Amino acid sequence: MRVTFTVNGREQAADDVWEGESLLYVLRERLGLPGSKNACEQGECGSCTVRLDGVPVCSCLVAAGQAEGRDVVTVEGLAGDDGTLSTVQQAFVDAGAVQCGFCTPGLLVAADELLERNPEPSDGDIREALSGNLCRCTGYEKILDAVRLAAARTGEAV
Amino acid sequence: MDFLRPASWQEALAAKAEHPSAVPIAGGTDVMVEINFDHRRPAYLLDLNRVGELAEWETAGDIVRLGASVPYTRIMEHLRRELPGLALAAHTVASPQIRNRGGVGGNLGTASPAGDAHPALLAGGGEVEAVSVRGTRMIPIDDFYLGVKRNALAPDELIRAVHLRKATGPQQFSKVGTRNAMVIAVCAFGIALHPDRRTVRTGIGSAAPTPIRATAAEEFLTAALDEGGLWDNGKPVPPAVARQFADLVAAAANPIDDVRGTASYRRHALAVMARRTLGWTWEQYRGEQQEERNQPCA
Repeated sequence: MRVTFTVNGREQAADDVWEGESLLYVLRERLGLPGSKNACEQGECGSCTVRLDGVPVCSCLVAAGQAEGRDVVTVEGLAGDDGTLSTVQQAFVDAGAVQCGFCTPGLLVAADELLERNPEPSDGDIREALSGNLCRCTGYEKILDAVRLAAARTGEAV
Repeated sequence: MDFLRPASWQEALAAKAEHPSAVPIAGGTDVMVEINFDHRRPAYLLDLNRVGELAEWETAGDIVRLGASVPYTRIMEHLRRELPGLALAAHTVASPQIRNRGGVGGNLGTASPAGDAHPALLAGGGEVEAVSVRGTRMIPIDDFYLGVKRNALAPDELIRAVHLRKATGPQQFSKVGTRNAMVIAVCAFGIALHPDRRTVRTGIGSAAPTPIRATAAEEFLTAALDEGGLWDNGKPVPPAVARQFADLVAAAANPIDDVRGTASYRRHALAVMARRTLGWTWEQYRGEQQEERNQPCA
């Protein structure tokens, strides 16, 4: 079947999509957007987190056909058109929150949505917002530092 | 595989009548896992995301009609006052990503004994609105769970909503797992005080082939509260009563040994959760009574 939806502001169509296929598979294998990572395929790890109509979801658990006509933002949509990193992305780099990098895209999407919703999150808020994202390098302290840094920089910019 | 995308509830019912084997998918948090792992290859997937009313709720009198696919996130954020037990349970579901997609209809459809919503639904009380092209059936929640991952739905029926009584007293939910997020319950317990009826209802999760109520425990506690005049005099529940209640809850369970825990651990944990949640809800009830008594006469 054909599935048409908006990805990072651009209308995209994927053909020959199998009916049981996930949105994650369509993004990575059919639309050439490998930023969202494929790890657990059961919603445990959050590496595939994207925003579906603005809401963070595991793209491995969205059937491709369910994305028809909807708006998807992936990690590729965070940076500016000229490649300028977003506040959250820059903070992850500066805080040393990236180790092997596999969990990073999901964490970036989740953290970006948190700060949009809650510009001054408490540590509890950050922990809860990122509780669906696993880092197997166990670099959680630096990840928390990065989100705090991004929140502080967002506050300064306002 | 065929992907059916009804644009309305009527179309969804017609599709389910035509293809009773069709697997409904809303949040996808159970169904997609099974498909991703090749555990299930349904001939038809019936996507319910376009049926907007399934993601809405409405209140009429003392009932909340909760659409089958209202995400747990919305329940946590908007229904904490009306459905406190379910809101607490919703907050323990998996992670934000999962809570943004999953809803009570999925828990009921899957009917896993470990579904987090079940103990709260049993304790709060309510009915499942099961609909087909033949008409609507209201299935009492007590009659809905038939076996491990088996429920009372007919093959052509879909879950439209659950009708839940608004809380008239404190409710609590407690769950045992290895961390706060992403945990399938080792066992779980829900309790709801119903001061209007002077009864207490309970729900046990992950400790029997289906979610169950601890009816003997409920009857014992209801009688003990009544005999002691506790609903009126606002005294604490005597420790011996709380202990007996906890023991009866543990005895109601029929758990197994598995990778998440042993049967004896589950029974022990249930007794602890029953005693604690009774304490929390009763203290809250007493506090509210106290406040009412202290209010000056109008």
